[in-house]
Amino acid sequence: MIGTVTTRPTAWSTYSAWANRHRKWFFAAPAMIFVGLLIVVPLAWTVYLSLTDSQGSVRAESKFVGIANYLQVLGDTERFWPAVLRTFTFTGGAVATEMVLGMGIALLLWRPFKGEKWVRVAILLPLVATPVAVGMMWRLIFDPNIGFANQLLSWFGIPAQPWLSGQTTALPTLIFVDVWQWTPMVVLILLAGLTSLSEEPDEAARVDGANAWQRFRYVTLPLLRSTVVVAIVLRGIDALKTFDILYSTKGKGGGSFHEVETLNVYAFGLSFDYNDYGISSTVLILFFLLIIVLMWMVTHRRKGDES
Amino acid sequence: MKRHSVVSVAAIAAAALVATGALSSCSSSGTTAADAGSKTIRVTLANHVWTDTIKSKLPEFEKATGLKVELSQYGEDQLSAQYNVKLNAGTNEIDVMMYRPLQEGKLFAKNGYLADLGTDVKANKAWDWQDFQPGPVGTTTYKDKVVGVPIITEQEVLYYRKDLLAKAGLQVPKTMDELQAAAKAIKAQNPGVAGFVARTGKSPAVTQFSSFLYSFGGDFIDESGKSGVASDAAKKAYAFYGGLIRNYGPANVSTDMSWPEAMAIFTQGKAGFYTEADSLYKNATDKVKSKVADTVGFAPMPAGAGGSKAYNVPSWALGVNAASANQANAWKFIEWATSKAMTLQIQQAGVPGARSSVWDDPAGIATYPADLAAAIAVSTKNGVGHDRPLVIKVPEARDIVGNPIVVAITGGDSNAAADAASTAFQKLLDAEK
Repeated sequence: MIGTVTTRPTAWSTYSAWANRHRKWFFAAPAMIFVGLLIVVPLAWTVYLSLTDSQGSVRAESKFVGIANYLQVLGDTERFWPAVLRTFTFTGGAVATEMVLGMGIALLLWRPFKGEKWVRVAILLPLVATPVAVGMMWRLIFDPNIGFANQLLSWFGIPAQPWLSGQTTALPTLIFVDVWQWTPMVVLILLAGLTSLSEEPDEAARVDGANAWQRFRYVTLPLLRSTVVVAIVLRGIDALKTFDILYSTKGKGGGSFHEVETLNVYAFGLSFDYNDYGISSTVLILFFLLIIVLMWMVTHRRKGDES
Repeated sequence: MKRHSVVSVAAIAAAALVATGALSSCSSSGTTAADAGSKTIRVTLANHVWTDTIKSKLPEFEKATGLKVELSQYGEDQLSAQYNVKLNAGTNEIDVMMYRPLQEGKLFAKNGYLADLGTDVKANKAWDWQDFQPGPVGTTTYKDKVVGVPIITEQEVLYYRKDLLAKAGLQVPKTMDELQAAAKAIKAQNPGVAGFVARTGKSPAVTQFSSFLYSFGGDFIDESGKSGVASDAAKKAYAFYGGLIRNYGPANVSTDMSWPEAMAIFTQGKAGFYTEADSLYKNATDKVKSKVADTVGFAPMPAGAGGSKAYNVPSWALGVNAASANQANAWKFIEWATSKAMTLQIQQAGVPGARSSVWDDPAGIATYPADLAAAIAVSTKNGVGHDRPLVIKVPEARDIVGNPIVVAITGGDSNAAADAASTAFQKLLDAEK
């Protein structure tokens, strides 16, 4: 170490010193380059496309049209706004049901019991299935003529239902499928939160004579608050972006009446079916802004609560 | 100090790794551009009986030419998505592409995805370009340039159940009215069996509805180039097709059916009549796939006010990617796959070809059920050369003109839907002018 003091600075040591001074940039560089290549560039390209009338081929000539696409999309009450409504109905319906069911199951699994391992594995099974395979499976189960769902109903004397093929029943049926698949993830998150809670507040409430509901409502739930928010945010973003089960069960355009066409399915159709890249990019940018606003609202409120 | 230099070396190494990783992934697509005349031909095909036959014969081609064929195979929708992504990016990783001239032909040719085959098709006299039927050739020609070789033709025919018809004491329907009456009788006589089934999805139904439209005397675009979907004939056709499915179709009928779903209902013995492309007939006559293989019959489309007019179209063609560096070898593959002998063999396997010679040759239809061959002959003679609106934006147009079909199936006001569709369709036509 003493020798290094008298050594003449070489190019390497100068560079090394410079690298050391800026090492936070060096370490962040790989991640930043990745983010730049994989997120910023495509996003900028999409924003650019949304301002042009690009169609047919992205390499074909296109005109810069300013915000004309945005005006057209925002004024479209036939496909765009119904798709927005469906996106929120689907997300709201699915996430709310998943939270309630997930909380119930997590509370049941919280306390140790015999055969706990097996129950946990069984509950997690839907989570590991591939969404497209899940879509195909439920499509067969819900087939109006040969599906198992209607056969089950017939055993109880209930008339056959259209399920996925009905104009009004398709979206609720798909919410059910989403709930079936993703409730286990909510259970997993909530269970992690529950196991980290200490027993004392619960015991104190018990000593004070609080009943089970009161202890859950006024002790467990407030303590679990941040975990619940995490579960809602994660599931919310995921549900907003759902594409696989919708596409594998209803195909392009979300059915003949667009009955399950969410923003994602709509944008996919515009791009890969209609080749309307300008309009499709506009829908995606609006969708992106929508998610950002929502997430900002959730996290902002959370910060307000915590301070 | 020592610790710090380890830090900086690690950081530099990490950054360098990322940078070179990015560079090498860029260059990997660059090097393939250089290997012009490569011995490997990359061929993209759709799932089809045609493809199965070609696949089984590939070793012969590879042995004869010393070339290697790399085959990718997709379902229709996946194939479209593949082309959309890859051709948009200007890929040279596809040499030969199987495409649908009526669906994507105009768009692909306009985008410059398809190479000009004008000199190739005339080069080999024995291969005989003149042998290809003029109708299909017209659809693979864009602005007087040949951009594809048609390989499969399709005509719509009526599939029916001989046993159910005999049980009802009825003849094979010759007119639309007779079809309706027979469907009604079959549904009434056989609980759990529909009188009639056909495609119900907004977009997939358009092609099979087209023969009804023509037979009622209408067309998607009239002689003056305007929308024809709100004409009296079209309105009658919409109401008739939708009504058949609504009244005599399967219970709780889905409005998402394409041919696999509709065909499944027919081959499971759950329907008396089914209108569909003849090129799919093997699904109904193959004992492994069909419970009704012994009792299925074929007939020409029943006649409406405009006669019996089925579509007669080239459903698939082979083209060469304009960005391919291996176009000469790509043509060798096409020449082999579309030769007279190969077309005959594939037709004998059940796929109607686009060469006149295979239809003139008795061996070409020897393997077909006799009634199917007769029905195809009628469709070929009176046939209409398109089964969907011939525009650039076909998918959008199909969604528009298909809407009155599903409205009729679900019991809505199909006349009003036809008027609305006509306005939207006219707008699309005007925009493409």
